[in-house]
Amino acid sequence: MSAGEPGPKASRRAFLAGGGALVVSFSLSPRRLDAQTTSPGGPALPGSLAKNPMLDSWIRIDGDGAITVFTGKAELGQGLKTALAQLAAEELMVAPEAIRLVAADTARTPDEGYTAGSHSIDNSGTAIRYAAAQARALLIGAAAARLQVPPERLHAEGGRVAVDDGRRVSYGELVGDQLLHVRADPQTNPVDPALHRLVGKPVPRVDIPAKLTGGAAFVQDLRLPKMVHGRVVRPPSYGARLRQIDGAAVERLPGILKILRDGSYLAVIAEREYQAITAMRALAAAAEWDEAPGLPDPGNLFDTLAALPAQTVPVRDGPVEMPPGAQIVEADYRRAYQMHGSIGPSCAVSLFEEGVLTVWTHSQGVYPLRAALAGLTGLAPDKVRCIHLEGAGCYGHNGADDAGADAALLALALPGRPVRVQWMRDDEHAWEPYGSAMLTRVRAALDGGMIVAWDYTVRSNAHSTRPGGGPGGGAGNLLAAWHRARPIAQPAPRPIPLPEGGGHRNAAPLYTIPAARVMYEFVPEMTLRVSALRGLGAYMNIFSIESFIDELAREARADPVDFRLRHLDDPRAREVVGTAATRFGWSTFDRQPAGAQSRGRGFGFARYKNLAAYLAVAVEVTVDRETGRVRLVRAVAAVDSGEAVNPDGIKNQIEGGILQSASWTLYESVVFDRTRVLSRDWGSYPILRFKGVPDSIEIQVIDRPGTPFLGTGEAAQGPTAAAIANAVADATGVRLREVPLTAARVKAAIGV
Amino acid sequence: MITLVVNGASHRLDIDPATPLLYALRGELGLNGAKFGCGLGQCGACTVIVAGEPVYACLVPVIAVEDRPITTVEGLGTEEQPSPLQQAFIDEQAAQCGYCSAGMLMRAQALLDRNPAPSDGEIRTRMAPNLCRCGSHMRVLRAIRRVSDALRKTPPRRTWESNE
Repeated sequence: MSAGEPGPKASRRAFLAGGGALVVSFSLSPRRLDAQTTSPGGPALPGSLAKNPMLDSWIRIDGDGAITVFTGKAELGQGLKTALAQLAAEELMVAPEAIRLVAADTARTPDEGYTAGSHSIDNSGTAIRYAAAQARALLIGAAAARLQVPPERLHAEGGRVAVDDGRRVSYGELVGDQLLHVRADPQTNPVDPALHRLVGKPVPRVDIPAKLTGGAAFVQDLRLPKMVHGRVVRPPSYGARLRQIDGAAVERLPGILKILRDGSYLAVIAEREYQAITAMRALAAAAEWDEAPGLPDPGNLFDTLAALPAQTVPVRDGPVEMPPGAQIVEADYRRAYQMHGSIGPSCAVSLFEEGVLTVWTHSQGVYPLRAALAGLTGLAPDKVRCIHLEGAGCYGHNGADDAGADAALLALALPGRPVRVQWMRDDEHAWEPYGSAMLTRVRAALDGGMIVAWDYTVRSNAHSTRPGGGPGGGAGNLLAAWHRARPIAQPAPRPIPLPEGGGHRNAAPLYTIPAARVMYEFVPEMTLRVSALRGLGAYMNIFSIESFIDELAREARADPVDFRLRHLDDPRAREVVGTAATRFGWSTFDRQPAGAQSRGRGFGFARYKNLAAYLAVAVEVTVDRETGRVRLVRAVAAVDSGEAVNPDGIKNQIEGGILQSASWTLYESVVFDRTRVLSRDWGSYPILRFKGVPDSIEIQVIDRPGTPFLGTGEAAQGPTAAAIANAVADATGVRLREVPLTAARVKAAIGV
Repeated sequence: MITLVVNGASHRLDIDPATPLLYALRGELGLNGAKFGCGLGQCGACTVIVAGEPVYACLVPVIAVEDRPITTVEGLGTEEQPSPLQQAFIDEQAAQCGYCSAGMLMRAQALLDRNPAPSDGEIRTRMAPNLCRCGSHMRVLRAIRRVSDALRKTPPRRTWESNE
């Protein structure tokens, strides 16, 4: 793998010296900043064009016809690169292979914030579609002028503009100096969906072949000349302080280049990776730490969470009267701390040379990370460059940024040598920021088989403590900042505002209910380190709402699917519910037990964030009455993502989301004692393995060409959790309201 | 000096004999396929084949596999000429992030080498040591089944030409 292109200045020089390239180089110039407001009174620019309106910050066409598309979003294994190439190629009338994609590099690509929240196609895909469509129109215009023919007689195909008399001129010949250095035009017309050749088709992922054949596909595979290896000796617990360390014996080990101690931040750099690991272990054995109990009693975690001070954030305000005569139903639900659990521990490579710090990282946000690293190191932001390279799937804010900070600090300690840091398994398990433990309480009134009043409260820690925002670039959200001699305190977390929301994401049901109050109790004090985990609060809120809907349906003696449909007006919501139920065979389901195993069906539905993809899922489970073990037997989901760019990419995301959510819901909770996190490997934090994988998963993608993209990557997490709990209740007659639904809990609940 | 025979080629390496094979493959030989996942033999991301058996490269020291034939995912096929199993993974789009993929391929290949017609239950049991966090399991199972079905239709043909 190449180390990416040279830095900004060199890149510009090299590019301009390259001769063939005629489009002005992409730059982060003041001119572009000036251009960041839309013209007064003019229509808004679509997607991320609103913040980055210059076409050449998205698309470059060189003199040889090579097409480069720039995105500020990162490939996280979700198939982003393929989908963006489809969109660009569709508009530019070329094959997807003709598109070279450059993603998330602070020296080269637009700032699109984090690759998070299922926003990438909506933000970046929309921008690229419109930018590419406008580029096509500009190329046709340039050809019309050069060939002296009206544009109506021209069309673009295969990287050329063709005249109806057979003459052709290539894009490379047409791109003038300034052709694409123009503002985006909101009046641009993308290709008519009826004519799509690529969008809406299951184009194979561009990144998969290299990943299957040992290609350099990940930041873990980056090998730079003279590269060395670093490891950090993490404290045994969050608050532990390094009392003393005698590193003399470790310094004499082979290959050791440097031992770095800065307060309680202890690290080593060695020539070879295993030498660094050996030295790290020796240092860990020699280190003496002071630590004290600082974690809540895990035996009454939810009482602790319930008692902590909270800020109340209204989602739907107003008093809710439970009507007299109505049947009142109430329940509360719990969710343990859960982890991202990337299969590949976080990794970064960094080089400090000529005053510039370069960090190759799998962070979800290269610009925010740059700001935080500037705050951490004292370097000016323009002396820090962050380049995204893929890591293992992250599913939110894992150790990626922290590993970037580790690599940066070690690179600063050893200028001129690229330093690669990969976390060990226990670093990732014990130090990543978890998905918050959560509590919900809901009370509703039923009258005539309908929900007439609804009162819901969700209580949770923060759902984003990402670096990048606020004073000092939010450096205090980087792990290394906590342990150095001059620590930077973690900034006070804030709730993510609606309509997206954090802990209150999806706290409001999509169902039509005449009187509803929904409140979010945001608990700033963090007992364990927490941040964004796929879906944020939506996972728990949908688990709670959709479990409770089943409880209400049972009280109303209604079929769970019929009961949902009674309260759903949105036709798209109704369609996914109906499709999933039909494909599953909901009405003809056979609950026949199989030996010692009870069988049940369960349903779950939500529109992610109440503004992104619609998803309904029906599942079948068996419950082993002896052991309490739940097995997901099959799942059938229907998803409406608006216009589907790559239907197989959507299926892959939903399949994966169902399996990951099943794993969270059935097995996962972070274990800790009063002092330390005890979930430090896959033995102490078990997840789904092949033996627990269902017999089948079927996904129906409802494609709606010409409608806006609706983010999909997190849509399955909540509905799947509820569907499983509902199926367990259907199979056993017992309702479990705490995630995870471990075998021990199920066994205890069914009382065998 | 330790001699490792990797994908048919012999390498003399000047490394600590206790070094786990993974670091020799990645660090000394520059092979990307085998991945560090846990260092504990719990996730299978580092799986390679040694003398026909799937092995955790993160655990086994190089001294224990000296002179024995080691196959990594690079030894199956290339991007231009993928092996049947690699092609099946492409055909089924059996990956999301792909970090676990090389380990999946090697464990599945070891299974198919031993039993070209495994039952679905056997595939699940044999693949159990390997973790995937993205949830590509259904597609991985389909890819293995696809190769197995093809092998059943076309009995293996012994060829006497050398691959060299």
